[in-house]
Amino acid sequence: MSGIAGKGPLKAIRWIEHVAVVDVAGDIDLNTSPEFQQGLLRVLDLRPGKLVVNLSGVMYMDSSGVASLVKMLSRARRTGAAMCLASMTDRVRDIFEITRLDRVFDIYPTEQEALASA
Amino acid sequence: MKLSPGSPIRMTVLSVPSHLPVVRAAVEKVCELAGVDEQAIGGVVLSVDEAMTNIIRHAYDGRGDQPIEIELSVTDSADDAPRLRICLRDFGRNVAPAEIRSRELDDVRPGGLGVHIMQECMDSVTYEPAEGGGTRLTLTKRIVAQEELLP
Repeated sequence: MSGIAGKGPLKAIRWIEHVAVVDVAGDIDLNTSPEFQQGLLRVLDLRPGKLVVNLSGVMYMDSSGVASLVKMLSRARRTGAAMCLASMTDRVRDIFEITRLDRVFDIYPTEQEALASA
Repeated sequence: MKLSPGSPIRMTVLSVPSHLPVVRAAVEKVCELAGVDEQAIGGVVLSVDEAMTNIIRHAYDGRGDQPIEIELSVTDSADDAPRLRICLRDFGRNVAPAEIRSRELDDVRPGGLGVHIMQECMDSVTYEPAEGGGTRLTLTKRIVAQEELLP
């Protein structure tokens, strides 16, 4: 597991039984989204039952970041893993609403609520 | 200090993704100086970021050594509210409108969101071929007077 977190936007990975919680921080844009996507892909390769992406440390995200998450959602569904997003800042929430992807992702106000979801 | 009509701010950046945060910070500051309301600033910044991303990806095919000229100004006329006007000019290949058009949002897949975001957040989005090659994209946003925002 070492080597996935710490570099780039993925700051930490915490395991709570079969759930992988990924802490993300910084701006996710054209510059950082490849590393963001690669990191999430490596977490999904570890076959968690569920992936919670904690976005509380992300102050800005553009469509490159959103596209990375769409790809990961598709990948998670193919592998049978659940995936949800938690603790979005208002500015990040805005882009999900503008693109109507707030209807596609399971989004929770807090990590605790994301963990408690089925 | 306020950004007044007739005093545009111009900058040229290279088509490098790592320059995007610098452009975003500059656009945010210009929005503040121009009097764009706080609610709208995030959308303007996002729109410029999406425009830059499209230029880097499509007009310059990811090459990082190409120029992008940005001009930010406030337009004013007697019969209309002032507007923030942002022009982005590239010197790359002209991208066919079909290539950059917004996709259907119900079609959930990565990509194709940038134009939709610009159209949603800005009052106008205009692409035109630039003289001498490349494309000029003009984005405008009406500057709402503070009293209009009050409940």
